[in-house]
Amino acid sequence: MEYVPGIPILKPSIDADNKPFWDAVANHELVLQKCRACDVYHQPPRPMCPECKSMDTLEWVQSSGRGQIYSYVNFTTDRMAYPAMKVPYAVVLIELDEGVRLVSNMIDIEPDEIEIGMPVEVVFDDISEDLTLYKFKKRAA
Amino acid sequence: MPSIKDAAAVVGVATTGFSTDSGRTEYSLAAECIKAALDDAGLRPEDVDGIVKDVVDGIDAMYIQKAVGIDNLTYASDSRYGTLPLLNAVTAVAAGIANTVVYYRSANNASGKRAGSDFRAAKETKDESLDMIRYDFHAPFGLLTPDGAIGMAVRRYLHEFEVSAEQVGWVPVVCSEHAAKNPQAIFHDAPITLADYIDSDVVVDPLRVLDCAPDVDGAIAIVVTRAERAVDLSQPPAFVMANAQGTSTEGEQLSSYSRPQMSGLPEMGLLGDELYRVAGIGPNDISVAQLDDRFAPLVPMQLEALGFCERGEGAAFCEGGDALRVGGRLALNTNGGFLGEGFSYGTNIIEAVRQIRGTSSNQVSDAEVVLVASGAGGPADGCILRR
Repeated sequence: MEYVPGIPILKPSIDADNKPFWDAVANHELVLQKCRACDVYHQPPRPMCPECKSMDTLEWVQSSGRGQIYSYVNFTTDRMAYPAMKVPYAVVLIELDEGVRLVSNMIDIEPDEIEIGMPVEVVFDDISEDLTLYKFKKRAA
Repeated sequence: MPSIKDAAAVVGVATTGFSTDSGRTEYSLAAECIKAALDDAGLRPEDVDGIVKDVVDGIDAMYIQKAVGIDNLTYASDSRYGTLPLLNAVTAVAAGIANTVVYYRSANNASGKRAGSDFRAAKETKDESLDMIRYDFHAPFGLLTPDGAIGMAVRRYLHEFEVSAEQVGWVPVVCSEHAAKNPQAIFHDAPITLADYIDSDVVVDPLRVLDCAPDVDGAIAIVVTRAERAVDLSQPPAFVMANAQGTSTEGEQLSSYSRPQMSGLPEMGLLGDELYRVAGIGPNDISVAQLDDRFAPLVPMQLEALGFCERGEGAAFCEGGDALRVGGRLALNTNGGFLGEGFSYGTNIIEAVRQIRGTSSNQVSDAEVVLVASGAGGPADGCILRR
């Protein structure tokens, strides 16, 4: 996928709930929110564990960064596409080995080669001085 | 247990008709439409003591009061999606908070700013609404629009049940046939074939342009009053047998990506169970429904969730179109739906009222009860109306 020069990419709004996640991404690490009491991952992150209702047992743990494509959409025309990205581009929904799903983009692959079940691993894309994004690439099964 | 069953009725309805460029303000459309709905009911503006405004609407209810001449309200609220605003009106009436409530939705969604789509502006103004939680994880990757968001779940549905475009395509085909007979429909006189559907542009794979309901300009208004008062007015009342909302595990607005299975609509199933419980009837008693066809593949998913067929059989139900036509098992979206009449919540309720009154352009004979469901892919809401 390619970006259109001159059009800024929407950045996440950083707040106290998601800052650890994006700080880790900036350091080329993928972390996930997990309740250490329940041993359950949560995405999107939340202020309370919905299992045990604790606000003190949530922590950020390193992800394996490995998973597979669970679903995807392919923006084939400009009509509904995001102006900062050249069409065609795909947005994928990755199911990580931890069971958590993340929206992302693939690198080094054409949109029409993407399929459900494809094994992937995380990579990091330093878009600009103040924005790094996690993306995925195909890996051997 | 207290119940809203048959406590209220829809007694007046109106639309301005729909277009791609109204050339008018939303304020003007709303005022005209509310007055028309009151005229339809045989009520005067001074009879109104409650207003429910759709959140897409930029015109605050107090300005409606100024224009239409409604002095005093005991109930005013904001809501969205059509049958949820109806629920606000019905509960206000059933609880005795108001006697007569008008719900309106007025939007220049085609010629003006598309409601809810200006994500960049929302982010730049640091909108702290809950929806932004997911956009932080979606927007940087180019996933911003409703069709993109719901496309992920549609893909899972098509994949898990091996559903083909040739099956889903019958939804827009039948809706276009119904729209062709509805003079108010934006696609009036323009029925499409399955081949037209298959050949239409893929906008956001897996969605074609003809899967997606067109944005339109226009307004709707719906007048609700107490059941005992309804029988003395100008039109046959459409009594509200049941009206409810449903949300479910790990739900989000079109992007419920964290739930174990994305190929179903659990909130719609919950909604159906509640509607049938309150109404005391089931899917076998219903032969006409206005379902949410904002995105065509959500129709077979709704048919499953609402109990009209088994899970995974929604696409087969739609195939060939006969089950969805007037006289079929379940006449679908007899105004043409959002796909054919244009995407404006509330038109689904208005068409259900036409069926109850016997004035639909695609009238189902002996339509005694009509089911309406909307909010497919997000918080679901619906109602069952009866004669």
